[in-house]
Amino acid sequence: MLKGYLRPDGRKGIRNVIAVAYLVECAHHVARQIVTKSGDSEVHLIGFPGCYPNDYAFKVMSAVTTHPNVGGVLLISLGCESFNRERLKAAIEASGRPCETLVIQQSGGTLSTIQKGLEAVARLQAVAAQTPVVEMAVSELVIGTICGGSDGTSGITANPAVGRAFDWFGAQGAACVFEETGELVGCETIMASRAVTPELGAELEACVQKAEAYYTVMGFGSFAPGNAEGGLTTQEEKSMGAYSKSGSAPICGILKPGDLPPTGGLYLLDVVPDGEPRFGFPNISDNAEIVELIACGAHVTLFTTGRGSVVGSAISPVIKVCANPDTYRKLSEDMDIDAGKIMEGRATLDEVGQEIIDSVLAVAGGTPTKSEAMGHQEFILTYKAFDPLGPACLPLRRA
Amino acid sequence: MSLPSPLILLHPDDNVAVCRAAIAAGSTVTVGGETLPVTEAIEVGHKVAVRDLKAGDKIFKYGAPIGSMTKDTPKGGHVHMHNMKSDYISSHTREASGGTHA
Repeated sequence: MLKGYLRPDGRKGIRNVIAVAYLVECAHHVARQIVTKSGDSEVHLIGFPGCYPNDYAFKVMSAVTTHPNVGGVLLISLGCESFNRERLKAAIEASGRPCETLVIQQSGGTLSTIQKGLEAVARLQAVAAQTPVVEMAVSELVIGTICGGSDGTSGITANPAVGRAFDWFGAQGAACVFEETGELVGCETIMASRAVTPELGAELEACVQKAEAYYTVMGFGSFAPGNAEGGLTTQEEKSMGAYSKSGSAPICGILKPGDLPPTGGLYLLDVVPDGEPRFGFPNISDNAEIVELIACGAHVTLFTTGRGSVVGSAISPVIKVCANPDTYRKLSEDMDIDAGKIMEGRATLDEVGQEIIDSVLAVAGGTPTKSEAMGHQEFILTYKAFDPLGPACLPLRRA
Repeated sequence: MSLPSPLILLHPDDNVAVCRAAIAAGSTVTVGGETLPVTEAIEVGHKVAVRDLKAGDKIFKYGAPIGSMTKDTPKGGHVHMHNMKSDYISSHTREASGGTHA
């Protein structure tokens, strides 16, 4: 049995973070100074840079500031931006969390707001420290997965090993979320055959078709130069490897960023915007997807990499699973798990799958990941537009 | 006992194998019962033709189609961007990131 921080809404967290959130780029420096000067690695910087309103950004900011790993929130506003700070504060307080707001234009400027922010963080920490710690079942975990810097080894080692771990966690009743429909182009038919209902299967296929159309307008697939240097030639080849992260369980539903999985089991997170392409690339970099997984409640994210990534995340820890044995040797200080040994015949997929399971349980129990220990707390949120989920997307409801 | 092959055939229907340990140019490698003359150096993660391939042939890896050949390539040849393409959406390299798509 794990231990979790019990939030007033009944959800449980594996961390007890104070989030300092800037609500426009103009407030970013002040917010960052508050985080840095707090000198506490459990005070995390998040934010949205845009001055224009965006429903998606509001939904994601609401979801991450009320995430079970968060114990209190400080909002930093310049004052004239469009972001609805009163509505966000009301949502955070409705979740039972302490929240304070500082408006720079009303707080005396940069230095004064930083000073007031440090005092606010101390008050929020005092409240968060009172959070009850209770028993938490594995079934209460939400686990995300993403791949970044994929190469020709990813689909043979790290991704199917994560799939093994997903099968185990799903069988325990945990919610497992895979994503990036642009990296499932070419897999839509086999994926649809795993849906719990035919209607959901049709929705899964439609998600991937939407992604293909969107990326075609962008002019590039979800395929970076490093993918090709690592031996991957086509989008569908990369997709087949990425798809194996989902394991073999039935697919229970589709989520969009900010939707919580209603039951345990396996979910696809649809990260590609709806409607005409408007705001550019769906996910400008890996952390944009990690933020969306966290917005869906992910307590921890399994990040598979072949070429080698070093990122972590604000709010929820990232476990790096390295697919390529050469990359592991080059970047071992950043990698939590060496799946490349499968390539060299030094371990089986099942053995590495078990290592991933053990790592998730240890991290959920408080052990820091490599990126967490080194202070990685990346966070990026950009503009998007989504329609609400269709009726066929979540056929299962919690009893 | 022979050393394990530096190539893996992921599925019996596949017409390419994946390199799991670097192969030197001019090596002869056996995988899936086929003996392949590998003329150029192959890095980990890259693909090698396990039979003679013609332009237009579908390429199978994991037992699934991952694109088509654009040029004829003999058994043992490197299969990558220079002789193969997506059947869905074009791939891009770093060269494409500078000029027209800046």
